[in-house]
Amino acid sequence: MEKTVNNKAWFLVLPVLVVVAFSAVIPLMTVVNYAMNDTFGNNQFFWVGLEWFEEMVTSSRLHDALGRQILFTAIILSIQVPLGIFVALNMPKKGFWASVVLVLMALPLLIPFNVVGTIWQIFGRVDIGLLGHTLAALGFDYNYTNDPLDAWITVIVMDVWHWTSLVALLAYAGLQSIPQAYYQAAKIDQASRWAVFRYIELPKMKGVLLIAVLLRFMDSFMIYTEPFVVTGGGPGNSTTFLSIDLVKMAVGQFDLGPAAAFSLMYFLVILLVSWVFYTVMTSLDRAEAQQGESH
Amino acid sequence: MALQLEGVSRVVAGRVHIHPTTLTLQKGTMNVLLGPTLSGKTSLMRLMAGLDAPTTGRILWDGQDVTGVRVQDRGVAMVYQQFINYPGLSVYENIASPLRITGVARDEIDRRVRETAEMMRLTPMLDRKPLELSGGQQQRCALARALVKGAGLVLLDEPLANLDYKLREELRVEIPRIFEASGAIFVYATTEPEEALLLGGHTAALHQGWVAQFGPTPTVYRQPADMTTARVFSDPPMNFVSCFKEGHRINFGDRANAPADGVFAALPDGRYTAGFRANHLEMNKHSGQAVEFPCVLGVSEITGSETFLHIHHGDDRWVGLVHGVHDLTPGDHVSLWLDPAHVYLFDANGQLAAPAAYALDELKGAA
Amino acid sequence: MARITLKNLAHSYSANPKSDSDFALKEMDHVWDDGGAYALLGSSGCGKSTLLNIISGLLRPSQGRVLFGDTDMTDAATAQRNIAQVFQFPVVYDTMTVRDNLAFPLRNRGMDAKYIADRVAQIARMIGMEETLNRKAQGLTADAKQKISLGRGMVREDVNAILFDEPLTVIDPHMKWELRTQLKQLHRQFGHTMIYVTHDQTEALTFADKVVVMYDGRVVQMGTPQELFETPAHTFVGYFIGSPGMNLFDAKIEGNRAHLQGASVQLGAAYGPITGRTQIGIRPEFAVLTKGEGLPVSIRRVEDVGRHRLVRAEAAGQPLNIVVPEGLPIGADMTHVSFVADKINVYADDWRVSATSVERAA
Repeated sequence: MEKTVNNKAWFLVLPVLVVVAFSAVIPLMTVVNYAMNDTFGNNQFFWVGLEWFEEMVTSSRLHDALGRQILFTAIILSIQVPLGIFVALNMPKKGFWASVVLVLMALPLLIPFNVVGTIWQIFGRVDIGLLGHTLAALGFDYNYTNDPLDAWITVIVMDVWHWTSLVALLAYAGLQSIPQAYYQAAKIDQASRWAVFRYIELPKMKGVLLIAVLLRFMDSFMIYTEPFVVTGGGPGNSTTFLSIDLVKMAVGQFDLGPAAAFSLMYFLVILLVSWVFYTVMTSLDRAEAQQGESH
Repeated sequence: MALQLEGVSRVVAGRVHIHPTTLTLQKGTMNVLLGPTLSGKTSLMRLMAGLDAPTTGRILWDGQDVTGVRVQDRGVAMVYQQFINYPGLSVYENIASPLRITGVARDEIDRRVRETAEMMRLTPMLDRKPLELSGGQQQRCALARALVKGAGLVLLDEPLANLDYKLREELRVEIPRIFEASGAIFVYATTEPEEALLLGGHTAALHQGWVAQFGPTPTVYRQPADMTTARVFSDPPMNFVSCFKEGHRINFGDRANAPADGVFAALPDGRYTAGFRANHLEMNKHSGQAVEFPCVLGVSEITGSETFLHIHHGDDRWVGLVHGVHDLTPGDHVSLWLDPAHVYLFDANGQLAAPAAYALDELKGAA
Repeated sequence: MARITLKNLAHSYSANPKSDSDFALKEMDHVWDDGGAYALLGSSGCGKSTLLNIISGLLRPSQGRVLFGDTDMTDAATAQRNIAQVFQFPVVYDTMTVRDNLAFPLRNRGMDAKYIADRVAQIARMIGMEETLNRKAQGLTADAKQKISLGRGMVREDVNAILFDEPLTVIDPHMKWELRTQLKQLHRQFGHTMIYVTHDQTEALTFADKVVVMYDGRVVQMGTPQELFETPAHTFVGYFIGSPGMNLFDAKIEGNRAHLQGASVQLGAAYGPITGRTQIGIRPEFAVLTKGEGLPVSIRRVEDVGRHRLVRAEAAGQPLNIVVPEGLPIGADMTHVSFVADKINVYADDWRVSATSVERAA
């Protein structure tokens, strides 16, 4: 049997479709167009098929940027996720301090990205920055504009400062949903703090942690503004991550063809990883729903 | 004003939640949906309300096909197990909310809200927020909100399940009273046979998406159409024992047998399953025809003036409910007596072959 | 196993309790005997869960002491008290198998592996879950999970007491039977002190040897199911136990007669002079419809509950419930109701009054 279908609804959706088409779909198609053609400007296009894709896939420059990016994302995830969970476990659950701490945790997330970059750029400067100056005074040879390692450390610490709160807040929300009875049962079973974490808190947080990891992966894989403002991709190209490299190629060198091909592949990689996460998440959801149904 | 379900079924993702069902609920009747959890009571109610669309079949209200009609247009009210009220509104506003949506005049709203609040004994609490009230009062508020609409169909999904035992008793007395005053079709879902009996009206016994039997409550209780209904509609669970009819006698095994009188006489010879309720077992030979079953006691539980006996009869495990306080030791041998007038005979397919003689008398007396 | 003593125990959730009403638990002295099966019965908010949590250590009482045996455990943490608690909603460790769930408390105490394996097998047999030992705890039904919770509580041999906080709430009525019987068998077999909190009188009366009825933070009566049924010490007990509860009538007591509005009733015993608001209580099971004996009664409705019928009537100006056994006809000529004399209880200001002499009714 069918429900009565109201076709008028489609007309209401039309404006949205037009806007999305204009701002997203058509530009995307343009990029695809550029990826498959060569142009000397003047809107003259010569079909080259997959040539740009081949060039990009074999380019060592791309491989380097990709390597740097993967290393960066891996480090970020391995610091932020445990740190976020740790912070969430220690955040007060109720009372006056709970609200205060929540606000404090949310603050870094509210700062615009280029402002974050600027803050850390100045912060790290040896002459006028608090951090840079202190480190120099303590005898450390710290200079993020010259030393690649220092640049990396600065960028990583900045990202941790900026985004750990997101993981912490998500984990905190996950923790809040655990009923008191579980903690009480653990006390009665004489479980250690570690056992409580491993058998009660971590499993219950699985869902939110997956979301947190997905978000952090995507964001860190696409990171542009903050490192660019701080280091400009330097020194040399030691902090040139994938999207910084892409912009250099497209805007700096005006190699639109390769850049377009690159950006499409970039897009597909992120799509693939997100799809994997999504599948895992929904299968978890389905398993939980089935468990709920068996009551 | 009748609600008719014709061949209504619901299949979700390959799983059958409701098998094709045909039911007619008359105006001004109380209808109970009785069954264990996951038997389909909520699914069936959602179909009646229009919250879900049936996979096959149609739903008719007053002769008109309302199958595709949205629930908002149907004049239905629903009360849930969890006390669902608008937490930000006062009790007065909660009860008034359905009337405000339909644009009733202000004095009319005031009159009807106060009338319903009076009926649910909520008048002193009209200015409070629902979360400040006790569980019973919150549920009364939800009930009041459902009733003030004057809807033709009122659905109650285990509304008393989250309440204390005693509170449940009290509200259970009120619900028939409210029902009589409203004149709507009431549909009440529950897992407890005792509630079905106390509410009266008609009962549909549900099991795994099937409506095993639908009829006046005393009839479904006393004349279950099959073993499924008998099981669903008994608390403590109905006891079963295998028996054999030969000529004029029914043989229950180890020398226990009884004459095949009344309705039993007409049955063909063969193997049957005899069913009888826990309260019909007695500790002594209480009637001339009573059959003796020697059993071994598992556990005895005393509930004030009666005793539950959990006994083993060979491989069968039975529950007996006897009067008086009997403190017996597990492992004791006890003999329990059963009057064949209290026995139901079910055939090999689980269908009722012959109802118990006492049941027929009771039903005749009640008619 | 231990005897649990509560001395001068009281609890208030507010920091500076001023009046009686600030106390969730009013001052009490109470002893739970070693190996007893107790039920704590009362409606929501009467303090029973508070009391249970104080015994298990999840809540520290604002006043008074808790002793296990002779040791003062008031300040001891839950882990030290060696008790087991089964909650209203099944608590299982989802990531572990049934076997690991049952073994968890023993592993936490560092017992040796062979002992753990034997004990787990024994407990699994007891709760009937031997076949599912290797399954993940996550996908099981609610009653299976409750059994696991129960098993986890019993796996320690030296557990002092097992506390149940409304454990059958999420269970289907049909499974409730099985679980209740199993609990009773477990008690018979192992003899642990068991305290079972519930608001359901059937659960309380069938499980316990002694039932403790609580009302408004106070213990109102402790006794066997039969005592609570036949001689409730407080009108609340009369109302709470029995379905429906006891019928109460305001009455003036003179010797062995009670004078109600418009009639008088013979009592089973003689009473001295009583002060305060006097009432008589008679259970619906002990009120009998007659053709002319007793008080005039008007029947409002008759409800068929299967194994008996409930008659909602009115006598002496007040509502009266009568239980009529199945099979007994209710004729139009049943215009009176008589009360079984020695089952009538007399109350003054809600508390039961004992007779001064007992006259056996002829």
